[in-house]
Amino acid sequence: MHPVDITEKNNYQRSFYVEGGNFTYAGIVSTSIKSILKKMDLPVDLVRKSAIVSYESEINIVSYAKKGVIKLTIDSRTIQIEAIDEGPGIPDIELAMQAGYSTANQRIREMGFGAGMGLSNIKRYADVFDLTSEVGKGTYLKMIINRI
Amino acid sequence: MDIETIVKELNLKVRAAGTNLRKNISGGYTGDLLSDVMANSQEGDIWITRQVHQNIVAVASLKDHAGIIIVNSCEPAKDTIEKAAQENIPVMVSDLSAFELTGKIYNLLGKKDR
Repeated sequence: MHPVDITEKNNYQRSFYVEGGNFTYAGIVSTSIKSILKKMDLPVDLVRKSAIVSYESEINIVSYAKKGVIKLTIDSRTIQIEAIDEGPGIPDIELAMQAGYSTANQRIREMGFGAGMGLSNIKRYADVFDLTSEVGKGTYLKMIINRI
Repeated sequence: MDIETIVKELNLKVRAAGTNLRKNISGGYTGDLLSDVMANSQEGDIWITRQVHQNIVAVASLKDHAGIIIVNSCEPAKDTIEKAAQENIPVMVSDLSAFELTGKIYNLLGKKDR
């Protein structure tokens, strides 16, 4: 990972590639995001929230999509995390948002994922949560954590 | 209370130690659903679980857990141990069930000033 300068904490952008189906590296992007935010010396609760929402969105891409990108954008007011994937999309977002609802297969569930808590966790910890999806194409998830 | 004390008191088998066996445990969380642990565990917790695959290390690292204890004598996968060493997350194994182990650790933590 390239070094992060603390002076970048009001103007930073980086994209991370996420491979669908590869659980070996699941969590590596959110771990990088957390480490960047920590190096920028951002408040602990913002780092914690960002870690949770980026982890859940990363696991969603790994579990369901072919591939995706997670974009981290930091400015003086917000930490924005976008998860954009190419995958099956979500036919019924309202249903997908229901706690406990999941389309995960047995393999994913056995690993302790797919409990139907991911999107509700994201909604709980992100200040702004915006989910759009097109069936057969992919899903776009925008999460914002306010700094002020 | 640090991890080393809990290892001795409860006869845990250490599978990955890092340099962190002196790490202080401030509380605990028991669970096998990773999203549940992500949402509800706290920094400094000892995480008690039946999951053995390497993704538990990422969760413990993201949440700054003191360490992970795997229950029912289940062994962590080889890549779990490797990853835990890299991330400096202590991983231990207990012969007890999640219920028994949680109860014992709860009592141990309760005796000392947390």
